[in-house]
Amino acid sequence: MTLPTLLIVSAALIGIGIYGTLSQQSFVMLMMGLELILNGAMLAAVSFWALTAAGAPEGQLLTIIAMAVMAIEMAMGFALVVAVYRAKQADTTEALDGLKH
Amino acid sequence: MSAVDITFYINAAIAIYAGWRVFVTDSMVRASFFLLISFLAVGVIMLLLAAVYLGVALFFMMAVEMMVMALFMVMFMMNPAGLNPMKMVHQEKVAIAAGVVAFAALSAVAVFGEFPSRTIPEGWQPVVSLGHELLGDSMLVFESAGVTLLATMIAVVMLTSHRGRYGDANHGSRPPGLEPGGDPADKPEETEEGGHHHHHHHH
Repeated sequence: MTLPTLLIVSAALIGIGIYGTLSQQSFVMLMMGLELILNGAMLAAVSFWALTAAGAPEGQLLTIIAMAVMAIEMAMGFALVVAVYRAKQADTTEALDGLKH
Repeated sequence: MSAVDITFYINAAIAIYAGWRVFVTDSMVRASFFLLISFLAVGVIMLLLAAVYLGVALFFMMAVEMMVMALFMVMFMMNPAGLNPMKMVHQEKVAIAAGVVAFAALSAVAVFGEFPSRTIPEGWQPVVSLGHELLGDSMLVFESAGVTLLATMIAVVMLTSHRGRYGDANHGSRPPGLEPGGDPADKPEETEEGGHHHHHHHH
C-alpha cells in the first residue's frame, strides 16, 4: 500500500466517474458519475494525508469538506431532477435542449 | 506481503470493479448498490490508512445516501428490475477517451511525481487531532460547511415543494371520498355552478 498505488486506484475511480458523467443520459446515472469522481478525490486526499503530511489534520478536514460537497451535490441534484421532471416531464439530458427565454 | 497490503489490494480491486459495474449494469437500482460497494471498499482503505473517523463516517453516510439513491432510481427507472438490456449513453467515444486520458494523466502524476514521505508518527491520534482542528483553527471552515448544508436544505425544499412558482402544494389534488366516488371528506363542494350544488364531480 504505497502512495503511487493508492493514487492509481483513485485515478481509476476518477476516470470511470468522468466516463459516466459524460456518457450517461439519465440525470440520476450522471450524478452517480459525479459521486464516483468525488470518491476518488477523497481517497487521494486521505492517501496524501496519511503518507505525505505526517498526520496534519487539515488533510482530514479536506476530506470532510469533500463529503459535505458530496451531500450537497446529492441533495441539489435530486431536487433539480424533481423540479425538472415536474416542469418538463424530462428525466434525460437530451430532453433539455432549449432555454425558456 | 502483509495482511494490510492484501486487504488493500482486494478492496482496491472491489472499488474499481464495482465502480465500473455502475455504468454497465442493466438495472439502475443495482447500479446504486454497486456504487455503495465501491464507496464501502474505499472506506475500508481509509481505515487501513488510519483515517478511522473518515472511514466510518463514509460507511454511515453512504449506507443512507445509497438507500435514498435507490429510491430515486426506482422513481426514475426506465427499465424496471433490469430485465431488458440498458445502455443509455451519448457521446460514448468522447467519454471513454476523456476517462482514459484523465486516468493516464493522474496515474502519470502518481508514478512520476515526487512527493515527500512523511507518514503518521507513532502514537499520533488522528481522531483527536481532527477534533481539535475542527473545533479550533479550522472552525470557520467547518461552520461554513454547516451553514452551506443548511442553505442546501432550504434550497432543496424550495425547489421540490409545489408551492410558490408552480402553484400551491396541494393544487389540483383531491382528498379521497367518504364513499367510493363520493364527495371528499373535508372540502365543501365547489360553488362555481350555482344551483348544481349536489352534483357529484367525477374527475
